[in-house]
Amino acid sequence: MEEIVQSFFNREIAEAALPIVLAGLLNTILLSLLVVPLGLLGGLLLAVFAQSRNPLVRWPLMAWVDFFRAFPPLVLLVLLFAGLPFAGVELGGFACVAIAFFLNTGAYYGEILRAGIESIPRGQVEAARSTGLSGLQSMTYIVLPQAVRNVLPDLLSNTLEVVKLTSLGSVVAVPELLYQARQAQSVTFNATPIVMAAVIYFLILWPVVRLLSRLENRALAGRT
Amino acid sequence: MTSWDRFTDAFFNARVMEKYLPDILAGMVLTIELAAAVIASGLLAGLVLALLRALGIRPLNWLIVFVVDLFRSLPPLVVIVLIYFGLPSAGFSPSAFVSTWMSLALVLMAFAEEIFWAGIVSTPKGQWEAARSTGLGFGQTLLHVILPQALRLTIAPLTNRTIAITKGTALGTVVALHEILGMASSAMSNSYNPSPLMMGAAAYLVLFLPVVVAARWVETRFSWKR
Repeated sequence: MEEIVQSFFNREIAEAALPIVLAGLLNTILLSLLVVPLGLLGGLLLAVFAQSRNPLVRWPLMAWVDFFRAFPPLVLLVLLFAGLPFAGVELGGFACVAIAFFLNTGAYYGEILRAGIESIPRGQVEAARSTGLSGLQSMTYIVLPQAVRNVLPDLLSNTLEVVKLTSLGSVVAVPELLYQARQAQSVTFNATPIVMAAVIYFLILWPVVRLLSRLENRALAGRT
Repeated sequence: MTSWDRFTDAFFNARVMEKYLPDILAGMVLTIELAAAVIASGLLAGLVLALLRALGIRPLNWLIVFVVDLFRSLPPLVVIVLIYFGLPSAGFSPSAFVSTWMSLALVLMAFAEEIFWAGIVSTPKGQWEAARSTGLGFGQTLLHVILPQALRLTIAPLTNRTIAITKGTALGTVVALHEILGMASSAMSNSYNPSPLMMGAAAYLVLFLPVVVAARWVETRFSWKR
């Protein structure tokens, strides 16, 4: 028991590692603030253009989304980080994470927003258009506000996944929470810093998970 | 050499590809084994937890909800690192395969429990009452009346979640597991050529693209009817 406390909940090591781990937390927050809006933007573009009636637009978009849903984000990240330099393009770890997330999470957000847009009856668009609003205006003012509301739990759930996914940054040396914790662990030969990172992830994301459970249950209650 | 030749020589080098093809294929086999183990154990554990939760024992349910919340809020990579680098200090040294399998299975278990539970809860109360009043026991009601309806509802969300988590097998490369990405990365650094990485990327698409396309079909076939 003493040994377990020593190697997982070591007070001295926790105190020494705290500033390092907190610096990682700050970077995780900054990274999330960058990649979530980026993914949402990509998803919005995909979802809006997927409404096109032209199959030459719709099919390539669907293939694009399926491609990135099938491709593990870590492979995408490694491809950008370790593969691109061979083509003479050298991006930093941070830029690679941003691009990989834009492509990967954009595809997921796109699917969710598409489902949201398709949940709005066509008559609404027709009514909006007939009052003189343009296609873009009826999308922005009529369809999207309702669509987003309809898929809010899914959007939130995906955002949770995106924040968790920022831990992949540790593989390409972005100094986020997990990376910092692993640095501290390899210096101290003690698992305490990693336990600290896990506790921080849990404390921050647990409220979101609880909220999601409630939203999902409420959606079910409304169904039956 | 034109720049196009240089590009293909770097990224689609036939000689390098031929040399490392067996490695990538071996990686594929390991990825498939790992994925099968994760899916089977994760879904089964999730179903068992959901059934236990249906018993309605308060303290047990709190425990289940806590475990589920825990593995829904921890990034899978953190769980892998914790198991692989942390557990040896507690006197238990799981291999890279076992670490990756355990963590992904735990994460899938958590998400699957939520989805199964949602399916069970969504079955109207009247069905329980009707089944019980015909003389079926609790277990019989659950097994023969509730589950067949609940499972149908869970198929679409469960498929999507399972795919997303199974793609996490690539994370094993962080703990030096020789799955596709691990094989491709080491082949790349040995040959100083990115062609193995392109093969690895192709291998993932071969494995997962058919599943994603099939999931689209499943989604329309078994979608939540409103």
